[in-house]
Amino acid sequence: MNITRQVLNCCKVIYPSSFFNSRGRFCTSQSTRMSRHTNSKRIEGLNKNVWVVFTAMTSDPSIVNLGQGKPDIPPPSYVKEALAKAASVDDLNQYTRGFGHPLLVKALSQVYGKVCGRQIDPFKEILVTVGGYGSLFSTIQGLVDEGDEVIIIEPFFDCYLPMVKMAGAKPVLIPLRVKSGKKTLTGADWFLDPNELASKFSSKTKAIILNTPNNPIGKVFTREELQMIADLCIKHDTLCISDEVYEWLVYKGHQHIKIATLPGMWDRTITIGSGGKTFSVTGWKLGWSIGPEHLIKHLQTVMQNSLYTCPTPLQEALAQGLLHNFDLMGQPECYFSSLSVELEVKRDRLAAVLQEVGMTPIIPEGGYFMLVDVTSLNQDLSHMADNDEAYDWKFVRWMIKEKKLAAIPVTAFVGDESKKQFEKYIRFCFIKVNTKLSPKLRTLHFHPDLERFVCVCV
Amino acid sequence: MSRHTHAKRIEGLDRNLWVVFAGMTSNPSIVSLAQGKPDIPPPSYVKEALAKAAAVDDLNQYTRGFGHPRLVKALSQVYGKVCGRQIDPFKEILVTVGAYGSLFNSMQGLVDEGDEVIIMEPYFDCYLPMVKMAGAKPVLIPLRVKSGKKPITSADWFLDPEELSSKFNSKTKAIILNTPNNPTGKVFTREELQTIADLCIKHDTLCISDEVYEWLVYKGRQHVKIATLPGMWERTITVSSGGKIFCATGWKIGWSIGPEHLIKHLQTITQNSTFMCATPLQEAMAESLLHNFELMDQPECFFTSFAEELKTKRDRLAAVLQEVGMTPIIPEGGFFMLVDVSSLNQDLSHTGDDGEAYDWKFVRWMIKEKKLASIPITNFVGDESKKMFEKYIRFCFFRKDSTLDAALDIFKNWNQS
Repeated sequence: MNITRQVLNCCKVIYPSSFFNSRGRFCTSQSTRMSRHTNSKRIEGLNKNVWVVFTAMTSDPSIVNLGQGKPDIPPPSYVKEALAKAASVDDLNQYTRGFGHPLLVKALSQVYGKVCGRQIDPFKEILVTVGGYGSLFSTIQGLVDEGDEVIIIEPFFDCYLPMVKMAGAKPVLIPLRVKSGKKTLTGADWFLDPNELASKFSSKTKAIILNTPNNPIGKVFTREELQMIADLCIKHDTLCISDEVYEWLVYKGHQHIKIATLPGMWDRTITIGSGGKTFSVTGWKLGWSIGPEHLIKHLQTVMQNSLYTCPTPLQEALAQGLLHNFDLMGQPECYFSSLSVELEVKRDRLAAVLQEVGMTPIIPEGGYFMLVDVTSLNQDLSHMADNDEAYDWKFVRWMIKEKKLAAIPVTAFVGDESKKQFEKYIRFCFIKVNTKLSPKLRTLHFHPDLERFVCVCV
Repeated sequence: MSRHTHAKRIEGLDRNLWVVFAGMTSNPSIVSLAQGKPDIPPPSYVKEALAKAAAVDDLNQYTRGFGHPRLVKALSQVYGKVCGRQIDPFKEILVTVGAYGSLFNSMQGLVDEGDEVIIMEPYFDCYLPMVKMAGAKPVLIPLRVKSGKKPITSADWFLDPEELSSKFNSKTKAIILNTPNNPTGKVFTREELQTIADLCIKHDTLCISDEVYEWLVYKGRQHVKIATLPGMWERTITVSSGGKIFCATGWKIGWSIGPEHLIKHLQTITQNSTFMCATPLQEAMAESLLHNFELMDQPECFFTSFAEELKTKRDRLAAVLQEVGMTPIIPEGGFFMLVDVSSLNQDLSHTGDDGEAYDWKFVRWMIKEKKLASIPITNFVGDESKKMFEKYIRFCFFRKDSTLDAALDIFKNWNQS
């Protein structure tokens, strides 16, 4: 008999059996009985989150936060008005169709039908979700099994990895690399090595997650690069989860290409978009998945068994915003294009100032993040606590403390093996504004004698 | 051809009662007392709060993932008062996409493959598939009626204590409680909750308490929170819904309240599934809660005034159903009413599918012949209990007066057509 059992048996002689619950645990009284309850296995190790840590680091309101991708430019006024209007309509405060409010899925069908050059069934080929985040979740939960492999390109939006793990699948990482010897200047200088990528596919590969325009690098994958990925997907019968939340934010000289439009790809691709990113209303948390019925239906099953439906007034207002711009598509007033024009100015201004400071910005081709190489500053951080911490984390902590300026450390978005490759990079967000709304923001200058950065209507 | 199909975790979970039902009731001439979707507007200050939030730029951007600070603080105040305890707004509360989302987070965050979860029949239909999606086994126990007695009120339904006890074992991870209960309208008494609590403590089982109808309790009854019973706070997740409280079902803002050591796992699910809920809706929900917190215990408080309004509707509907010859089981809470149709002796042997339960046939017949829709109950029970429940249908009386009038007219003319 093992020692535990001997001890328990001994205790049973002394204490009545009512002091033992059905698991043989010894307790002193009913009300102080210890519970054995802990997390389910599927979330083991998934409780850490860079944003929770980061929010704590930047809680001081005097810190200029160019870290999180939270716009402080106002949404278009017609979008806000559409929500206010929807709020006043009684029926729009009640349940709507679970897989997506009819006016919204029809608007999405129109917009994306035009963009993709194909008929998209609003009820069978579209699912509305809680943000692009919710689409990623529904896709992974609906299609990825325990034991599958999912290829993720580094650096990745941080939720991809834990979502793949939560599905019991194995993340297979591949870093974007820089052409050797070249000092990186733009997102286009980062590439996927074709042989390396091919080596990541196996018979267990269920999907590859693509993010274009890419967060954090701002790379916009070219048609040729997408074709290379497509060829591998078709060869290995792999799905493609294409996170295109920044699809409208593409700068001059570049074009966003939807991998789903390449031959053979519609049938195996879920394309994810975001209303929050499209209209600068990140707090609305509305996104969508578009794809073939035989895949979308499984995402719908997840929706049906998890959240059931998304909020009605927000969906109505988003539909109004989409329809408003559908009529303007191709014209400069269309928000889908005007926002990127506005952001390109901010991008260039931030890049210029960072160069003056002595950092090396990697000019993004799309999105509203900018990767910055801080190597040339030669900031000595060896005095900082926690020697194991990657350089970028130390740099960001130092910058928050000494310069009252926040950015995101890029190693938060890569696996352990790639940390060395990325630890001299930090990420800035430039969808920020405007003195009227944030009087603290003043011109971004760096004077060596100044003790802090001050930031302005960028 | 692609070999791609669904993940194993959703095997068999694609059937959707509500999609089937929407198809059956799409004809606008049908008066529907089926779905729990009100046609009564939210209070005007609730709608105004959303319109106001929409105009504030920052309230259209990301907020705190586990719940907008203003909202979790408001929830902490309201429920702190109700429960008579300090509730930490950041560690003991999670805001979710409706109560539905809270149920999902609880299941995904705490229930493992191979676990057992006890579900009482009839149950809100998502409980079963959610348990299955977590890879766990649903263990069903029906509410029963005292033998020989025909139920007249929802208090006539009870859980047999020995039967309940037999459902617990070392694999039981949780029991799902729903009080006030959908569809029976039963409000569990303190003694009944104590029976459940004793078993939870004895077997170290969690309790997931779905209390979305907590404010809709009619005279003579009191909503008791199982989490307030001794030994229960540390093992209970209490789920509720802003949409139900304020007649704004389309807002999909709900919450889980419980001890930090459990809530943190629900928070991990949010962090890895949706990340957060919509900001303007949370802000407006906070406004609406605070408005009523000031009025708590007063008749103008919406938490109580709304129950008064619904009671009148409940009684009107019940009276007419009795005249028609149906047997309503008067609910003590919630906005649904179970109705026993056996005394109508409607012969439906010639209709539909032989294998189909009586209540489905009755509902289809009623939609076709009487242009009135309700929900068949056997959808909310397991196969073994279908015979026990197939003479019951569910009406929702959360309807504006004109809709109820239209339904009552149909009942008044029942025996004529």
